[in-house]
Amino acid sequence: MKLRGWGRLVAAIPLLAIVFLMSGCSTDMGVLDPKGIVADQQFDLIMITIVISIIILVPVLGMAFYFAWKYREANKANVEYKPNWSHSTKIEAWMWGIPILIIVVLGAITVAYSYKLEPSKALAAESEQGVKPITIEVTSLDWKWLFTYPEQGIATVNYVRFPEDVPVEFKLTSDAPMNSFWIPQLGGQIYTMSGMAMELNLMASEIGQYQGRGANFSGEHFGKMEFIAEATSQGDFDKWVSDIKQSSPALTEQGYDELAEPGIVETNDTYSSFPEGLFDRIVSKYGSSHNHSEGSEGETSSEATSSESGADK
Amino acid sequence: MSHNANHAVSHGHGHDHDHGHDGHHNMEALRQMGFWLFLITDCILFGTLFATYLVLHNNTAGGPTASELFEMPGVIAETFILLTSSFTSGLAVLCMHKGNKNGLIGWLIVTIILGASFVTLEISEFLTMIDEGAKISTSAFLSSFYTLVGTHGLHVSVGLVWMIALIVQIARRGITPVTTRKVNIISLYWHFLDVVWIFVFTIVYMMGVM
Amino acid sequence: MWEDIKDWASGFFVTGDPLIYGADVAIVLATVSILFVLTYFKKWGWLWREWITTVDHKKIGIMYIIASLLMLFRGGMDALLMRTQLVMPDMEFLKPEHYNEIFTTHGVIMILFMAMPLMFGLFNIAVPLQIGARDVAFPVLNSLSFWLFFMGAMLFNLSFVIGGSPNAGWLAYPPLSEKMFNPGVGQDFYIWGIQISGIGSLMTGINFVVTILKMRAPGMKLMKMPMFTWSVLASSLTIMLAFPILTVTLALLFIDRFLGAHFFTLDGGGNPMMYINLIWMWGHPEVYIVILPAFGIFSDIVSTFAKKKLFGYKSMVFALMSISIVSFVTWAHHFFTMGSGASVNAFFAVSTMIIAIPTGVKVFNWLFTMYKGRISFKTPMLWTMGFIPCFVVGGLTGVMLSVAPADFQFHNSYFLIAHFHQVLIGGVAFGYFAGLYYWWPKMFGFKLDEKLGKWAFWLWNIGFYVCFMPQYVLGLMGMTRRYSTYGWDTGWFGLNLVSTIGGFIMGAGFLVQVWQILYSIKKMDKDTTGDPWDGRTLEWSIQSPAPMYNFATDPVVKDVDDWWEEKQRIAAGGKPAPKPALAPIHMPKNSAMPIIKSTFWFLAGFGFVFDWMWLALPAMAGVAITMLCYSFRYDTDYYVPVEEIRKTEAAAGRAV
Repeated sequence: MKLRGWGRLVAAIPLLAIVFLMSGCSTDMGVLDPKGIVADQQFDLIMITIVISIIILVPVLGMAFYFAWKYREANKANVEYKPNWSHSTKIEAWMWGIPILIIVVLGAITVAYSYKLEPSKALAAESEQGVKPITIEVTSLDWKWLFTYPEQGIATVNYVRFPEDVPVEFKLTSDAPMNSFWIPQLGGQIYTMSGMAMELNLMASEIGQYQGRGANFSGEHFGKMEFIAEATSQGDFDKWVSDIKQSSPALTEQGYDELAEPGIVETNDTYSSFPEGLFDRIVSKYGSSHNHSEGSEGETSSEATSSESGADK
Repeated sequence: MSHNANHAVSHGHGHDHDHGHDGHHNMEALRQMGFWLFLITDCILFGTLFATYLVLHNNTAGGPTASELFEMPGVIAETFILLTSSFTSGLAVLCMHKGNKNGLIGWLIVTIILGASFVTLEISEFLTMIDEGAKISTSAFLSSFYTLVGTHGLHVSVGLVWMIALIVQIARRGITPVTTRKVNIISLYWHFLDVVWIFVFTIVYMMGVM
Repeated sequence: MWEDIKDWASGFFVTGDPLIYGADVAIVLATVSILFVLTYFKKWGWLWREWITTVDHKKIGIMYIIASLLMLFRGGMDALLMRTQLVMPDMEFLKPEHYNEIFTTHGVIMILFMAMPLMFGLFNIAVPLQIGARDVAFPVLNSLSFWLFFMGAMLFNLSFVIGGSPNAGWLAYPPLSEKMFNPGVGQDFYIWGIQISGIGSLMTGINFVVTILKMRAPGMKLMKMPMFTWSVLASSLTIMLAFPILTVTLALLFIDRFLGAHFFTLDGGGNPMMYINLIWMWGHPEVYIVILPAFGIFSDIVSTFAKKKLFGYKSMVFALMSISIVSFVTWAHHFFTMGSGASVNAFFAVSTMIIAIPTGVKVFNWLFTMYKGRISFKTPMLWTMGFIPCFVVGGLTGVMLSVAPADFQFHNSYFLIAHFHQVLIGGVAFGYFAGLYYWWPKMFGFKLDEKLGKWAFWLWNIGFYVCFMPQYVLGLMGMTRRYSTYGWDTGWFGLNLVSTIGGFIMGAGFLVQVWQILYSIKKMDKDTTGDPWDGRTLEWSIQSPAPMYNFATDPVVKDVDDWWEEKQRIAAGGKPAPKPALAPIHMPKNSAMPIIKSTFWFLAGFGFVFDWMWLALPAMAGVAITMLCYSFRYDTDYYVPVEEIRKTEAAAGRAV
């Protein structure tokens, strides 16, 4: 189900045309300019749905305008008028059949992609042999993002860097009202929720700086919760890590508490170390009480799963 | 006096139609149906509260758990009292259908006394629990417990006030189509609360101590 | 002493913003002038007898509509303030905290205090007339519903000048809406405003289900009901099943805030995700509650203005009913990004797509109703024609959003904003406007000016596309909803500018509508026929405006579109159906209970908002006592004598 090359281009033309008209070529096109393996597939999926939509849209609009024009009262040409005609099994069969058919197709595609693009699914299979994924822990605070690298031992604020073509395993939580972690060019978002460690797997296929956003309203300065996600070569990444290790201050417990206070951080601070097990402690701080029962009736079980599936991973 | 009589008069002039139409002659039936629909909405209200309780009932946050708190003898007594009151409200309706006004009022009073003892027992149960440090703000479990059981208790209390008002009306006006409808409705309400309590008893108390 | 009062007042009243001082002045001036006019022209008694205590469904409908248009103005002002703030990058027109309040109140007001009451207004105006009834099943309850809505809306709006507005989004997700993060009173205004009006909505739902099932004219079988009545039945059933969930959810949030409970808190074992589930179990059906009646309106309008029977009546009924059922199992599509796992997401994605089938089928029903008809494009039909393309596009973007794995890229972006405004404006608002234009002559007895109506329509329609089409693209470019500002480097400037221009064009459309109403009142183009559109259903068989008792004699129904068939029979030389002799008509008496009880609810809500138990508790007692007193009232109805009916009918030029 992949659109490649020309197919994709043709499908994207109408949208891109508007965008280019409005904004010039240098702008960040977000979802429309995917630079990662997940965003690529999501873009394809979006294009498939747009194409299907247009297949429905064009004839329906055509009929609407044609009928309205042809059967207008002012049309004195000899048009048929059948005031009592109100049923046709054939037409009814078509008008139920076509939408059902389209939904069956779209539903099948959706189900397949739901499993394929499940955010917690590791991307190891998609990357080249022998590439080890990198884990980055993300904590949404009021109103900033804290990134901690458990393997490298460094921490950053509102800035995250990782090597290109390496699967990134984001583990996400929140020490503030819920937010949502979104890097449009790399792939879709996931909520950051207190007491739960969510997982999102992304991989950048090109070197570059990508805009990251907090997508779920979390209070006064929510609009300032933007961050930069930068994909570099492995070498640049390693150098960046060792620079931080040497030149940046450490993030202490007290430093974290200060950081967690509501407020805005304008600079992209980096830290050479952070308290051991900080992320897990943030999760368990709220998580200890989230020991849900196994759902025992329809309504409840889905609630329990939606919160549990996060907590269990 | 009676509404039905009036409606019959009003329709004497009208053309005869045999079914379904309002014609206002079955206003009491409309109200009865409205009340059934209200009970459906109330079912959903309780259903939501039960769902909440089931999601949260293990989230004790270090506070007391269900099995530590619940005193089954008291709860069983409450259950017994409420079930009996449901039975006596049924007897009241039977008396009404026989046209026995005093019997109707008498059984309603018995129902009120039983209902009031249920509420008293429940309040004292709550007070004991609060005394033991199990407050609504202690944990999510207790928040959902007090809210669910308390909502039921509130329904019972409203029913009590309503029944008292109804007794006054029956005493003044006797058994008329209007008071008949009102008694039918409150006894329906009372049975409904009984059924809800059976769910409270099984889901909250039985599951809690098991 | 004086200092204390000043201190208290500066906390109590919202201060520090010229907008709000302006609103204060406007409110005081408006109140004073209304009081003055009422007193000067000695209209207090009239207001009390004819409107405040009325149980007449037509008057209650009119009051709903007036209130909802006022709310449309307030919600629209909020929208324009937001669009002004976003017109260019780094704007400092509104501070973030202000912006947060404004998008919150915009959402709440538009859905709950604009769309809902406008919908109830149309229910009230049209349903009893369409089914040939003298009133709704429970007229006093109907009045109570209105006053509860009104008091809830007033309480909510009061937060603008007293105490501070809510600022946690229109659905107030915890923990942001919990005391921990939101200690002010704004959130409590939110809870009580919605709670009080929500009780009213629930009762309206019950009222109309009973009305439609039990009070139809003789001969009107279910499958002979007008399509609008069917849609009201579907919507009312959905209200009955969905609104209790809202009541509970808001009550739990209030218990959290008021008693320190832990339903949705971060600590104490609370579960904020449960709130999100619960609120959408109501919230998703709510969307269908407001759109279903619009479908009904369009159906009636299309067949009226195409002068043709509705195509596929049974399909339509089936579609309406299945939508109201399936709408209960789609709620989780509002949070695919919560990490519920592929299976849960796939289930809700597919259930959401399934609901698109009956929705889509209805569009074909309307199109084939137009096919081989004779369509006249009066304003109600114009709005319908504006609706079809708008709704098809909005529906398709909805299907796109339902594709769970793609939704990860749409969620909470302007793509979503554009989608739901497209279905809510293009579907709900256009639908209710169409209904308003359609039934206006029946409500007031005069027609609205067609020429100004066309201006209003085109301004709205064009403004809509200019405003929201760019937002789809903005969403795909990564613009997140609820951003109070954005930087120059984002490249979002051009599209936002265009969008703001579109917003103001719609604002101009609203002004033209106000002008249209005022102009038409002055012109007073009376509808003497009672049937200005050559209608098909029973409401057009009586004079405009409908007399207090609606039908002088009970209509007897034989067909779908009975009035149309009757006219056809007469045109073909047949005789009009014989009318039975007049008989006294049984009508409900006015009641002051609704306004008194609702006022107590208002006071109780206000008391709970400010933790003033000295006010809240007596007011709650007042609610109980009013109810109790009402239960002792047996003298609730009276008869309209034949002589009076004869006089009224003769004055309208109708022989009886």
